[in-house]
Amino acid sequence: MTTFDLNFAADHFTLFGLAQAQALDQESLDNSFRAIQSRVHPDKHAHASEADQRLAMQWATRINEAYQTLKSPGRRGRYLLQLLGHDPQIESNTAMPAEFLINQMELREAVEDARSAANEDALDVVRVRLLNEIKADYERLASLIDVDRDLDTAANLVRQLMFQEKLLNEIDDALEAVTA
Amino acid sequence: MALLQIAEPGASAAPHEHRLAVGIDLGTTNSLVATVRSGMSVVLNDVQGRPLLPSVVAYAADGSVEVGYGAEARQSVDPKNTIVSVKRFMGRGRHDIAHIETLPYDFVDTNGMVKLKTIAGIKSPVEISAEILKTMRNRAEASLGGELTGAVITVPAYFDDAQRQATKDAARLAGINVLRLLNEPTAAAIAYGLDNSAEGIYAVFDLGGGTFDISILRLSKGVFEVMATGGDSALGGDDFDHRVFCWIIEQAKTAPLSLQDARLLQTRAREAKEQLSQHGQVPITVKLGSGEYVDLTLTTEMFKDISRTLVQKTIAPTKKALRDAGLTVADVRGVVMVGGSTRMPQIQHAVAELFKQEPLNNLDPEKVVALGAATQANLLAGNRAAGDDWLLLDVIPLSLGLETMGGLVEKVIPRNSTIPIARAQEFTTFKDGQTAMSIQVVQGERELVSDCRSLARFELRGIPPMVAGAARIRVTFQVDADGLLSVTAREQTTGHEARIEVKPSYGLSDDEIAGMLRDSFSHAGDDAFRRALREAQVEAQRLIEATQSALQDDADLLSTLERAHIDEAMTRLQHAMGGEDRRLIDQAMHTLSAATNEFAARRMNQSVQRALAGRNVNQLSL
Ligand SMILES: Nc1ncnc2c1ncn2[C@@H]1O[C@H](COP(=O)(O)OP(=O)(O)O)[C@@H](O)[C@H]1O
Ligand SMILES: [Mg+2]
Repeated sequence: MTTFDLNFAADHFTLFGLAQAQALDQESLDNSFRAIQSRVHPDKHAHASEADQRLAMQWATRINEAYQTLKSPGRRGRYLLQLLGHDPQIESNTAMPAEFLINQMELREAVEDARSAANEDALDVVRVRLLNEIKADYERLASLIDVDRDLDTAANLVRQLMFQEKLLNEIDDALEAVTA
Repeated sequence: MALLQIAEPGASAAPHEHRLAVGIDLGTTNSLVATVRSGMSVVLNDVQGRPLLPSVVAYAADGSVEVGYGAEARQSVDPKNTIVSVKRFMGRGRHDIAHIETLPYDFVDTNGMVKLKTIAGIKSPVEISAEILKTMRNRAEASLGGELTGAVITVPAYFDDAQRQATKDAARLAGINVLRLLNEPTAAAIAYGLDNSAEGIYAVFDLGGGTFDISILRLSKGVFEVMATGGDSALGGDDFDHRVFCWIIEQAKTAPLSLQDARLLQTRAREAKEQLSQHGQVPITVKLGSGEYVDLTLTTEMFKDISRTLVQKTIAPTKKALRDAGLTVADVRGVVMVGGSTRMPQIQHAVAELFKQEPLNNLDPEKVVALGAATQANLLAGNRAAGDDWLLLDVIPLSLGLETMGGLVEKVIPRNSTIPIARAQEFTTFKDGQTAMSIQVVQGERELVSDCRSLARFELRGIPPMVAGAARIRVTFQVDADGLLSVTAREQTTGHEARIEVKPSYGLSDDEIAGMLRDSFSHAGDDAFRRALREAQVEAQRLIEATQSALQDDADLLSTLERAHIDEAMTRLQHAMGGEDRRLIDQAMHTLSAATNEFAARRMNQSVQRALAGRNVNQLSL
């Protein structure tokens, strides 16, 4: 049974009636999101007073923000760790295991080479490889947080994921440049 | 009326009469107006039974204005004063406009949005578009027999903030209450989605006269979710005309053309292009004003050849939109074709090849946007019928960012974020005792500020003097459901609300709009100015009543101080309402709204909790 706690100050999980966990049922999230948005969205208050419309906008904004955060496993992990008092400190803590850094450097070189050779297929290959790595890490993150409760290791993994997601964006940019 | 009425599902407010609402497709080439009649969305024709209104405005020496077919006919006679494709100039500076040197207009040098010098005076694109909208409004009011409650106006999904703002300003100038600015592809999806009760991922491929839009939407349980949009705001049928035009000149080896002859050949080029959608070849025979004859035959093969790169230009943005949505072509269930230019066989083929399926063409590609907009207008106006309970979740098409050191852009809100959305960014001072700072807001995907569109420059003043780096100024960007941006700032350590001056780089200031409203009032006897004032007064009255009634019900949620703030703001608004200054009323309304914000939020918490608490998701009517 899913219940909502539509309190503006509630955390994202509570807002959508979900447990505070990294493993998440995408469909439940989607359903809650749409159900709440169907209530609060400005279109549902289009002929209300200006003040009401503005409030509806603030609520819809809040719900969108919460949804975007929970939808992406990386952002969700980061947010959840913050909630649990283990802020991954993305900005200040940049220490990474050497193995991870070497792998990242290899991938980056592969992207650079493919980009300067305008090789779309090669970029796709790196992209798929990275996507698979990210996917495996997402699964590991869920078990670290939900099962092992090893939040320090989880925080390290979240930091690594930020790197990987950034690289993925760069590959997308490169693909754009190559196919344009 | 209570502040924020959260109606129980299905329990709409008191039964009301049918409100007159329309959807307007304000197109680059053609505009249309549609409404919902007996549950069916229909395009409203002109008295001669024609659905399209060419988006052409012609000015005459006596100040009279002609819009549509009549204006189109004057194109070759008086190209300078006959404005076509004005949509390309909306919210645009001189350097943004492709092939500006080939255009026959006298552009006036201004810093912001271009202006055109016509025989009837200097006109901004906003005023010119307002003429088209007025014509649409008159057609609708004549055909529906009453005053419009409001309209949904469509814009290309790719339109940036300046272009959207300009569109809204044009509507305001035409005396139209804008219920919502709606992205064209989303409107098209509504038209299709509701007719076919389709579920799944859809791509909307819209190639019109001047713009190309590609959107990826997810339709599920009555929710239309835009997952990504992309396109090219300077690619459309006009470019295909241009290729044919260039081909004609090259083949016929004409002498340098007069303005009139150029216009004539452009018209012929377009006709030839359109005919090629049904025929294998078309003759192009023209007698020019110079006495020269053009006698050529254009074949489908040749046309395909000269337009190949244009067709190709639609592919990259399409792939990019799919990537942005995290999807591949295999995920796409259907491709909706929109815009007259999708009638070209080479476009149909390119789309079919890319998506590995035949695109959807069962609705008229030129009408589908207006039909969907009308459906949405009907819903927003409150003419809801049973089962009409869909929701649009649109996205912002271009990233919003700020200028940082060295002219670099820092993205604050990434493209394709679902709207409404807000993001905050913190700044600090870099000099001791600094009390002001300037912030530039840009929109676009590029890394350098100079490659993006500057939306506005904000002067933050009144920062309390502190040592360098001590002040923490939080700047909040809010994008509303129309995709329009507003910015607020607050100094965090002292709670001091910093004053913001907005200098829109491409939009029109409120003063300019007010001036134009007054002009149109005094010149054409238009009632837009009075109407706007009256609307503001009515809205103000509603706000006061709503506040009073909310205070009656829930005054206990307020502290004495909060209560005093609200009472004071109410008095100020009552005072402003008595006058004729619409801006003063607006300001006072904003102040009162701001004063009741927190109060309303508390009331909303209460009522939403009451409405939703303990319910299963599945029990909510979706
Ligand atoms: N049969 C046709 N074949 C090819 N192009 C066509 C055809 N009919 C209309 N067009 C083109 O469609 C464009 C206008 O499409 P429309 O959807 O009305 O544009 P907009 O949305 O820009 O107003 C023009 O460039 C016109 O030449
Ligand atoms: Mg169009």
